[in-house]
Amino acid sequence: MNRHAVLLPRTYGSQRCSAMIAMALLSFMAAMPAWASLGGDISSVQADQVHMQGTLRTTIAESYTVQEIQNTNGTVVREYVSAQGKVFGIAWQAPWPPDMRQLLGSYFDQYTQAVKSQSAARVGRRPLMVQQQGLVVQMAGHPRSFAGRAYLPDQMPTNVKAEDIR
Amino acid sequence: MMGLRSFLTFTAGLSCAFSVACGGGGKSSTTTTNPGPTQTIVTSGANVAPIVVNSGPAASVGSPYANGAFATVTVCVPGTSTCQAIDGVLVDTGSSGLRILSSALTSVTLPQQKAASGDPVVECFPFVIGYTWGPVETADVEVASEKASSVPIQVLSDSDYTPPTACSSLGTSSDTLANLGANGIIGVGLFTQDCGSYCEAVQTAPGNINLYYECSSTSSCTPVGESLAQQVLNPVSLFTTDNNGVIIELPAVSGGAPSVSGSLVFGIGTESNNGLAGATVYTADSSGNFTTTCSSPCTGTTGTAPYPGFIDSGSNGYYFLDDTVTGVPPTCSDNTSFYCPSSTVTVTATNEGVNQASGSVSFQVANADTLFSNSADFAYGDLGGTFDTPLSFDFGLPFFFGRNVFTGLQNTTNYLNGYWAY
Repeated sequence: MNRHAVLLPRTYGSQRCSAMIAMALLSFMAAMPAWASLGGDISSVQADQVHMQGTLRTTIAESYTVQEIQNTNGTVVREYVSAQGKVFGIAWQAPWPPDMRQLLGSYFDQYTQAVKSQSAARVGRRPLMVQQQGLVVQMAGHPRSFAGRAYLPDQMPTNVKAEDIR
Repeated sequence: MMGLRSFLTFTAGLSCAFSVACGGGGKSSTTTTNPGPTQTIVTSGANVAPIVVNSGPAASVGSPYANGAFATVTVCVPGTSTCQAIDGVLVDTGSSGLRILSSALTSVTLPQQKAASGDPVVECFPFVIGYTWGPVETADVEVASEKASSVPIQVLSDSDYTPPTACSSLGTSSDTLANLGANGIIGVGLFTQDCGSYCEAVQTAPGNINLYYECSSTSSCTPVGESLAQQVLNPVSLFTTDNNGVIIELPAVSGGAPSVSGSLVFGIGTESNNGLAGATVYTADSSGNFTTTCSSPCTGTTGTAPYPGFIDSGSNGYYFLDDTVTGVPPTCSDNTSFYCPSSTVTVTATNEGVNQASGSVSFQVANADTLFSNSADFAYGDLGGTFDTPLSFDFGLPFFFGRNVFTGLQNTTNYLNGYWAY
């Protein structure tokens, strides 16, 4: 999987160029925090830091902040935090999937119910897609190289698109 | 549901009549105009196991499989002739290791692997669509005439030991026939171990899961470090001969077909019937990926950038990029990530290995709703969907139709992380 850290939110066309230029990049070493849960409060993450090797980098975009955590296993997690401090999206790449209960927090039950109620015309091994009104969860890849994202469409800041969360 | 089941049984019986290459005499060969050597499908040899792409064993419980290649695998109590042949085992080049449903393992009882503590070792193995959970047991494994002794395998059961929260939190269990869609999975991928060095020590970092557990009781399992030799192993790596990789040989499929037959060939360049025959070798990185760059119909800097790619018979379609860069709408009726273009789209991309070998591939993506509308079909040459988390390329089973695809095991030819060739 692509291990190059992409800190700037992905942009399309020229629409967001000005936002890119306006971005301030803050990069610093820090103790690695526990993952924030989707819909959670970023301040609770910072208060809950765990002592371990890891890199935390923060990128500030126009209407949101991206916190990227990278550890020695090749795990990269990006948390998308609104100006109000709420985590509205999480994207990750890692050898193995994360603990989905921790990742999704209060949305975990909704997620598992949605997965169980999926009824495709055919079964088959393919990327996972849960698309509900207020919750999108996707996962793809293979053993030793998983990637995914989860986001809350209703809580995205203005002008943020799904493809910004990767 | 009964009606559907009856219908599926009926179509399974008829499947050979509609098959692209199902019946026929002993000789089977198909040519293709896809890049790479002309395809010859071998059907005989001690290293050749027949495979079939059809609705699979779960059709009998109302869960027919789309684009699954199934083989028969025999497991034996180590050192004995007490064996059971298990059909409907999914052939997966995207993972490593043999996993069999406990419910399918009816006539043999295999020895349980024990941790240093003496407690049984139980594994939680994550796949994208759900996890498998169950004890690590030891078996002699036979496929075609190839034999491997004392292979650690996973026996899938949620009832022998209760999955710990860290495992069940991965999503849904695949430990039933309906959920797995198969009686088992034979992982014949790039790697020798199913997990590798990640699993040698217990993972304690937040968010990092553990795969191996030791269970002091049926309801009390704690993470354990598992040595490389004790991990669930790619059975091919333990075969006494033809143990450096596999070839999957399937004929081309245009549109849909009820059933397609082909071969799973063991060894690469070890016999007269398994040479590379002009196929190009693309080596993988330590994550099991190479690089794929889309040129058409992808547009823009983002669409035509290089992305991680991999070849995986255990994925049932081409999964790549998304509509924002391909322009192909994923507007299917069941709201999944399949592409549903109004007319079939041709995609052109370039694959590049870590060894810098590169080559162009083209494939087609048809409307998934249209493909699935024929309830008799279970093999699809043109099934595709999105892979946007992050943008990536998954060359699933459709890529194997019409070309022989070699999956080379790591460390067998100086390629640390294995390779694909086609």
